[in-house]
Amino acid sequence: MTTLVLVETDESGAVEVSRETLTFARGLGDEVHAIVVGDGPAGLVEQLGAYGATVVLHADGDAFTAYSAAAWAAAVVSAAGDHSVVMAAGTPRGMEVVAHVACRLDATMAANVVSAERDGDGLLVARQVLGGSAMEDMRLDGSVALLTVAGHAVEAKPADAAATPEVRPLDVAVSDADLRTRVVRTEAGEPDESGQLTSARVVVGAGRGAGSADGFKDLLELTDLLDNASLGVSRVVTSLGWRPHHEQVGQTGSRVSPDLYVACGISGAIQHWTGMSSSKTILAINTDPDAPMVTKAHYAVIGDLHEIVPAINEELRRRANG
Amino acid sequence: MTNVLVCIKRVPDLGGEISLTADGRSVDDSGLGHTISAHEEAAVELAITVAKDTGGEATVLTLGSDDAVEQLRNALALGCTAAIRIDADASAQGPADVARAIADVVREREAGGTTYDLVLLGSDASDTGDFQVGIRLAYALDRPVVTAVSTVSVQDGTVVARGAAPDGGSEVYELPMPAVVTVMEGGVEPRYPSIPGRMKAKKVAIEEAAPGFGAAGSGRLRLRLPEPAPSQVTILGEGPQAAAAVVDLFEKLGVTR
Ligand SMILES: Cc1cc2nc3c(=O)[nH]c(=O)nc-3n(C[C@H](O)[C@H](O)[C@H](O)COP(=O)(O)OP(=O)(O)OC[C@H]3O[C@@H](n4cnc5c(N)ncnc54)[C@H](O)[C@@H]3O)c2cc1C
Repeated sequence: MTTLVLVETDESGAVEVSRETLTFARGLGDEVHAIVVGDGPAGLVEQLGAYGATVVLHADGDAFTAYSAAAWAAAVVSAAGDHSVVMAAGTPRGMEVVAHVACRLDATMAANVVSAERDGDGLLVARQVLGGSAMEDMRLDGSVALLTVAGHAVEAKPADAAATPEVRPLDVAVSDADLRTRVVRTEAGEPDESGQLTSARVVVGAGRGAGSADGFKDLLELTDLLDNASLGVSRVVTSLGWRPHHEQVGQTGSRVSPDLYVACGISGAIQHWTGMSSSKTILAINTDPDAPMVTKAHYAVIGDLHEIVPAINEELRRRANG
Repeated sequence: MTNVLVCIKRVPDLGGEISLTADGRSVDDSGLGHTISAHEEAAVELAITVAKDTGGEATVLTLGSDDAVEQLRNALALGCTAAIRIDADASAQGPADVARAIADVVREREAGGTTYDLVLLGSDASDTGDFQVGIRLAYALDRPVVTAVSTVSVQDGTVVARGAAPDGGSEVYELPMPAVVTVMEGGVEPRYPSIPGRMKAKKVAIEEAAPGFGAAGSGRLRLRLPEPAPSQVTILGEGPQAAAAVVDLFEKLGVTR
């Protein structure tokens, strides 16, 4: 029995959530194969080997130059026959490709899985439901179990012993129908500065409590007053377009583990918490003393961040000049 | 003229604490209000906009119990002009069941002369988070599908959909109709119902359908609530007066400049 992991890449290699998924896959105890669709960056095969993949399946060619979920699914299906579990990271891409695969193989899929174990012929999984307020135990039966792994459910860790993967090119039959849904254009967004966020010593987190796109001035000033500090935000903030996506912390954003995380106006939903829970010290600033972020933090100040943060900045400036 | 079908699901409006039913299989929603997921609110908004812009109609559909009529009426109040309820217990259905039931309705209507050029759904419902109904529906109807986009429009008979790209930019899809598109919140601001809209919604007859097959289910064994960790928080103070204590902490951690 082997597990197949669909890997997403960027210029530097397998993305963090895909490396987490490889780590998760190793936890099942079976041999792990990786599948890469389209061009991969230099060094990718070695990196996948470091994460324990013994085989790297590679689908390449004209059908994959522009992204189409259906074409990616065709690639995964062409390789799925030999595997008892197929998984991807719980990104929009991972979710949709695995769902397409589920349709093609007439199989059940579990999304946002946080743990999995073999149970006879099936797989017993626990997955996040209800926006993370509850877990669902679910059984995946059938010849192949399909799942996506919730972002940051595990920490990405290389295998104890690196493998030297065998690279196998895949011959994929992609139909015209699969290419109807190709991306026809892309537009660049704001430059991605999430590297700065993940390496910061202090992350000043801001959530809906910031109030509006104009509500970040004091928070940004606080990052200037602290040593190597960056702004991180909740998904509400990026969804509302207040701040760019590369600043998002959480399951569908970056995972940070700074010395200090200052959570301002963030309720502490599980999807946010998984992205910052490994911070050494957590300070919450919130109007609600019962917010999960407050009860789970090490330190908290209760009140309006728009009064408290300026007062902190003022005190920092006063001591710096004093 | 684009006729749009938008599919929604009644879900509990989760505030703070939640509790489970005695059998541990569902959330006890007796004391809770109900809503639709934010992604579906965006889908409804886009459905109404596309229908208006092209001179077509937007029909709202749900699979659910009688209670779900509340969510259908809300969508009618916003500008959908017809509503269909597939009478079934949503909690007993897996995503494949729901997709199959919707596909049956779409095909039945098509046979009766009503076509839906564009079917919109949320990318995933806030209760189950399956991310599958739209894709499974597209396969059942043999239509192209793109998922998790934030805006949708119809230009010269082609669906133009734009969503976030993994690198932080955006990506654009163009698909022929009939098509299925699933939507994520963030691209549009859902409108509010008007008083005349609410009045009109009350008068629309809800069309009913029944699934013609037994549900296979979702594979759910049980739900579990995470144990709340004991709080060990130290409250540094309330309001701006706490600033000195906060800066003391910063100094202790050595994070000031
Ligand atoms: C599949 C999935 C993936 C997700 N991924 C992510 C993710 O990667 N990252 C993420 O963050 N979320 C993610 N979410 C969303 C997550 O569930 C929450 O909805 C989100 O984190 C809430 O953001 P928030 O805390 O800013 O807003 P809210 O939950 O609305 O909380 C706002 C908080 O601010 C406080 N507040 C309000 N005004 C003030 C004020 N003036 N001063 C101080 N405090 C104030 C309130 O008391 C409240 O606690 C995901 C959800 C799903 C379903």
